[in-house]
Amino acid sequence: MVDHFSSFHAGPPQAARRSLPLTESAGARTILITIALGFLLLFLLLPLVVVFAEALRMGLGSYWAAIREPEALAAIRLTLLTALTVVPLNAIFGIAAAWAITKFQFAGKNLLITLVDLPFSVSPVIGGMVFVLLFGRQGVFGPWFAAHDIKIIFAVPGIIIATLFVTLPFVARELIPLMQKQGTDYEEAALMLGASGWQTLFRITLPNIKWGLLYGVLLCNGRAIGEFGAVAVVSGHIVGLTTTMPLYIEVLYNDFNFPAAFAVASLLTLMAFVTLILKTILEWRAEQRLARGRLH
Amino acid sequence: MFGGATAIRQRSIIPGFELSLGVTLSYLGLIVIIPLCVLLLNASDAGWAKIWAELSSPRTLAAFRVSFGIAFLAAAFNAGFGFIVAWVLVRYQFLGRRFIDAMIDLPFALPTAVAGISLTQLYAEKGWLGSALAATGIKVAFTPLGILVALVFVGLPFVVRTVQPVLQDFDRETEEAGALLGASRTNILRRIVFPPLIPAVTTGFTLAFARGIGEYGSVIFIAGNMPGYSEIVPLLIIIKLEQFDYAGATVIAALMLVASFILLFTINLLQAWTRRQQGG
Repeated sequence: MVDHFSSFHAGPPQAARRSLPLTESAGARTILITIALGFLLLFLLLPLVVVFAEALRMGLGSYWAAIREPEALAAIRLTLLTALTVVPLNAIFGIAAAWAITKFQFAGKNLLITLVDLPFSVSPVIGGMVFVLLFGRQGVFGPWFAAHDIKIIFAVPGIIIATLFVTLPFVARELIPLMQKQGTDYEEAALMLGASGWQTLFRITLPNIKWGLLYGVLLCNGRAIGEFGAVAVVSGHIVGLTTTMPLYIEVLYNDFNFPAAFAVASLLTLMAFVTLILKTILEWRAEQRLARGRLH
Repeated sequence: MFGGATAIRQRSIIPGFELSLGVTLSYLGLIVIIPLCVLLLNASDAGWAKIWAELSSPRTLAAFRVSFGIAFLAAAFNAGFGFIVAWVLVRYQFLGRRFIDAMIDLPFALPTAVAGISLTQLYAEKGWLGSALAATGIKVAFTPLGILVALVFVGLPFVVRTVQPVLQDFDRETEEAGALLGASRTNILRRIVFPPLIPAVTTGFTLAFARGIGEYGSVIFIAGNMPGYSEIVPLLIIIKLEQFDYAGATVIAALMLVASFILLFTINLLQAWTRRQQGG
């Protein structure tokens, strides 16, 4: 009580220091921590627990059976194929875009950065439907593709291209700030010493940005595997042919086959865990290196 | 050595400008810009009569009210709770803090369809939370309240992740100065701590709102999707596409796109504001 009093009136410095209101009272701290944890428990933890509880409700045997259904395996294969196609393409795009944007000065650079980010602010449903407008039966190029017997919409190419749209910014937006910070000194030194442009890219730039690149690839991969809205528009939901894992979950759920839906969902949840763990490790590494850099 | 470096930079000996910019522009053009332009052109082809008929139809208006209204509420909800979470994570020490910090990004990593069916199961009348809420007469699943729950989940990381770095870099000496000058804790928070955090909270709110109006996967399972009551705009677009009403779908999508552009522009301004606050 006395301490409290002295902190409000400029008392002797020692007494004041002990009771300076530099943080909230213990009671307020406890209340705030409880609110935060309660909120996260309700909105993050419970949904996770539900996924595994529902998946295992009928026992491990039917869990395995649900995952090993031919349609489930086809969905897993299609999802992996999509990710394996989309991630490398968007990684190459990300490197090219970051190289152009960070190594050179040119007009319209800020506009270009905004355009690279654009797919993040567009609804995924719109990201899928633009390709229906382009390649669908009534679309701009629809008749041409139909005449040449090429199916894009309601087929695998449509799924891949819609996923390309949605995940396009991930690698680029990771690399642009990183390469901006690293500057161009090392590349210039290598080039001065006689390295070719490609040698400089592969021996100097890529080793320097490998962790940032990995981080972008990780996020891009997570989204490519889990994308729903954009592929829902172009897929046509042909089970076994054009259903990725998220779409297959939707089909199962709408058929009231909840245990199977949650069994497949649990696989995607495990994938999300792996993504989060790797992401945390990469962030921790970056922090460590930053701290070491500050010491020198 | 350093003088030389400046000279080199002026001559710019780095190769690959044409190639890298060429790849960037062609790829971006083919996958993003041309498709979006086709959407806008198709919408303008529909003609004013069709555009007006589409946008003034009660079903469309209701869908826009639901999408924008609930996304706004969810973003506001996340602004409040996200701020508390960020505050607790940065300022206080407690068991499991690092683990929780890593978990915040779960809504980014978890596929939206998984979140959708899980939340539906949780809040359905027989679900863990749904049955408890049903006893008090509150229905969440298959009502607009369900949409709110889904959008809170999806938007959760935005405010936390925009406020957290600003709070971490916050110069605590100004707080100490305030305390030394005799200010109470409430006064210090209100006058010194909160004002510089406003841009970050606003940015996080806008990001969550922008995400909310376009969100589809997590919402459609829990919404019940009753036209005029719990039908969101992205679902309405898909329904129109499935009915081969391309003109209708295009007009609505184009309006959504314009809204996204405005929000993107706003977010850019807000981020510049946040950086200024951080710098100053």
